[in-house]
Amino acid sequence: MNELALQAIIQHYRTSEEGLVEILREASRQAGYLTPEHLAFIAKALHLPQSQVHSVASFYSLISLKPLGRHVVRFCQDAPCHVVGGRAVWEAVQAALGIGVGETTPDGRWSLLTTSCIGACSVGPVMMVDDDIHGNLTPESVRDILARYDKIGGAA
Amino acid sequence: MAYRANILISSEAPGADAVQAAFLSKVQDLQLEDEVQVLATTALMGAATQGIEALVYPEGTRYVNLTPADAATIVEEHLYKGRPVQRLAYVEPKVTPLPPPNTKEVRVVLGNVGKINPFDIEDYIAEDGYMALAKVLTEMTPDQVVEEMKKSGLRGRGGAGFPAYMKWTLARNSPNKPKFLICNGDEGDPGAFMNRSVLEGDPHSVIEGMAIAAYVVGAEQGYFYVRAEYPIAIRTLRVAIEQAREYGFLGQNIFGSGFNFDLEIRMGAGAFVCGEETALMRSIEGKRGMPSTRPPFPAASGLWGKPSNINNVETYANTAKILLKGGEWFSSVGTEKSKGTKTFAIAGKVKRTGLIEVPLGLTLREVVYDVGGGILNDKKFKAVQTGGPMGGCIPEQFLDMPVDYESLASVGSIMGSGGFVIMDEDTCMVDIARFFMDFVQDESCGKCVPCRVGTRRMLEILNDICEGRGQPGDIERLEELGKSIMRGSLCGLGQGAPNPVLSTIKYFRHEYEAHIYEKKCPAKVCRALIEYKVNPETCIGCTRCARNCPVNAISGKPKEAHYIDPSICIRCGICSQVCPVNAISVE
Repeated sequence: MNELALQAIIQHYRTSEEGLVEILREASRQAGYLTPEHLAFIAKALHLPQSQVHSVASFYSLISLKPLGRHVVRFCQDAPCHVVGGRAVWEAVQAALGIGVGETTPDGRWSLLTTSCIGACSVGPVMMVDDDIHGNLTPESVRDILARYDKIGGAA
Repeated sequence: MAYRANILISSEAPGADAVQAAFLSKVQDLQLEDEVQVLATTALMGAATQGIEALVYPEGTRYVNLTPADAATIVEEHLYKGRPVQRLAYVEPKVTPLPPPNTKEVRVVLGNVGKINPFDIEDYIAEDGYMALAKVLTEMTPDQVVEEMKKSGLRGRGGAGFPAYMKWTLARNSPNKPKFLICNGDEGDPGAFMNRSVLEGDPHSVIEGMAIAAYVVGAEQGYFYVRAEYPIAIRTLRVAIEQAREYGFLGQNIFGSGFNFDLEIRMGAGAFVCGEETALMRSIEGKRGMPSTRPPFPAASGLWGKPSNINNVETYANTAKILLKGGEWFSSVGTEKSKGTKTFAIAGKVKRTGLIEVPLGLTLREVVYDVGGGILNDKKFKAVQTGGPMGGCIPEQFLDMPVDYESLASVGSIMGSGGFVIMDEDTCMVDIARFFMDFVQDESCGKCVPCRVGTRRMLEILNDICEGRGQPGDIERLEELGKSIMRGSLCGLGQGAPNPVLSTIKYFRHEYEAHIYEKKCPAKVCRALIEYKVNPETCIGCTRCARNCPVNAISGKPKEAHYIDPSICIRCGICSQVCPVNAISVE
C-alpha cells in the first residue's frame, strides 16, 4: 500500500488518537498486513509515539503485522462449533491446504488462521474464507469450497 | 402506498442479488410494481441452510434454494395467477418431525426481526417506531422515564443484570460534563448471536432506545461500538443512523424539544475483552482494549474520564417498547427478580438451533425440549453451557430450574449475554472445559498476572488430562488455580474464566477421574485415551479397513479376523466408518 492510500484511510477516520484502532484495522484489511513503515507513517500523521501505535496494532487480532496469503481462511474454533463436529472439519482444512494454524502456503496463496465466534453458531461448524462465511461444514465439503477460490495443494 | 403482496428475500446468501433482480424484473414485466413490493432482508428466516430464500406475504409462503429462473416462475404463478408454487416451497423435513415451533416464545426484542425491512425506516415507523421517543421528549421528564423503567424491572441484558434505571440514574446524577452514551455491540461470547440479529434485522429499535437513555442521562453524543466480525450489522446500522438523521430522530432539536443527540459507529478490531465496559471505552479512545479497576464506574468517569452510560444492544432494544406500553406491561412476564423476555442463542446438539426469545423463568427443560425441539438424534441430554466462556455447565439434575439471573448463579453459571450450548452424551466434559479455557487463555488481555499466567497453567493441565498424562492431584490443582484467578483478576473475563472448568469438576468429577486414573474417556472423544478394536467374532475379513487405513495399522489375511496395532493407530475412525458389519468398536 502506498502512502496516498494510507493517507486516504487516515483522512476518512480521524487524525487523532481516537481514530487509531479503526485506521490500523482498515489499513491492515486493505494492505493484507502492516509493515514497520506503515506504522511509522500512521504514528507521524496522528502525532503519536511509534511505540504506542505498535502496542495497539499488536493487541487486536484483526490487525496483522505479518504477511498473509492471497486468501485467508479463518476457522472458528470455539466450543459451539466444536460440539457439532468441528474437530474433523478443522483437520480436513489443514490437510486440504497442507498447512497448520498461523501458516501460509509456500506459493503464497493461502493463510490459515482461527477466529473467535462469528455469530453463526446455528449453522456450525463455520469458517470464513476472505469475507465469506461458510457454514454446515463437513470434512468432505471443505475441499470443494476452498477450490472455488484458488488452487489447493494439500493432501486429499 | 399499500401493496397487496410483499416478497422478502434473504440477502445474506451468495447470489441473492441476482435472484432479487430477477424478482424485480419479472414484477415489472407483468406490471405488478404497484401491487407487489420486493424487499431485501437479512437472512434469519429459519435455519440458514436453504440457500437463497424468499417469503411471500400475505400468505407467508417460504420458498427455498431459489435461482433467478425460479424467481420469475414465482412471480408469474404465485403473484400473477395466484397459485403458490408447491415445487419450490419449503417442506418441513419428514424424517425428524419437530413439535410446532415457537410454542413458548414471546417475541419483543425480536418482534420485528425478519418482518420489516431494516433498510427502510418507514417500515419501523409503521410498527410504532420512534413513537416512544416522541412521547418521552414531548410529554415526559427524565424522572418520569426513570420511574417507568424502574416499574419495568428491566435488568442489563449484557450479562451482569444490573437494573437499567439505576445505571441511568447514576450517570444522570453525575455532576461532570459532557456525558456520553455508549451501546455495547461487541457480542463476542462463542455461541451468542442475539445482538447480531437485532442489529441486522431491527437497528432502529436500538437507536431509539439509545436516544431515550441519552435524554435521561443528559448526553448529546453517543457511540455505537460494534465488533468488526459483524460486517452486515455495521452496514445495516450505518444506513439506519443516516435515515434517522434525515427524519430528524437524531441530530439537533429532536421533535422540537430542544434535545440534541447524535451517534457515531466505532468498529472493533478483534479483541474479545473489549466487550468489558472499561476495555470497550479504551478501544473507542483508540487505545489497547484493557480493563481498568472499578470504581470509578463509567457513570462517574468513563469515556475520556467523563460520565458515561453503557448498556448492551438488547437492553436498549427493550427500552422503547417499555416506554410505549408501560413498565407494568413489561414486568407482567418473568419472575419476581427477573422481568420480561430474554433472547437466547441455542447452539450445539439440539434439533432446532437458532435464536429464541422467551419469558424469563421458563425452565431449562422447556427451553431445550419445547423450544429447541430436544436433543439431536434423540440422544441423552448431558449438560447445557450458559453465559458464554465465563459461564458454567449445568447438568441434567437442574433441568427443571427456571432460567433467571439468580437461579443460574446459584448453580455456578451465569445468564451472560444469553448463549446456550447444548451437549449430549457424546460430549466429553473435560474436552469442553479445555476448549473454553483455550478461548479465555487466548483472549486474556494480559494485564492481570493471575488471568494471564493462571489460565495458561490451567490449559496445560487440561491438555495433559485429555492427552493421557493426567496426574493425581490435577483436579485439586485446577480448583486451587481457578479460585486464585477469580480472586486476583480485575474484570469479568478473569473472574469468570475458571467457571467452565470448576462447574464441570463439580458436576462431572467422575469424568475427570476416569481420564486421570483409568486413562479412559467415557464419552470416547479424547483420542489418546481411546482404542479402536476389531471384534474377531463379527469380523468377516473383507480387508476393507486395512485398505482404507491411512497409516497401515491394520493387519490380517482375507477372510480372517483383522487386528489393529494400537501403537500405529492414529484414531482417525475411518476403519469403523468403512466396516460393513460394524465389527470395529471404540473402547
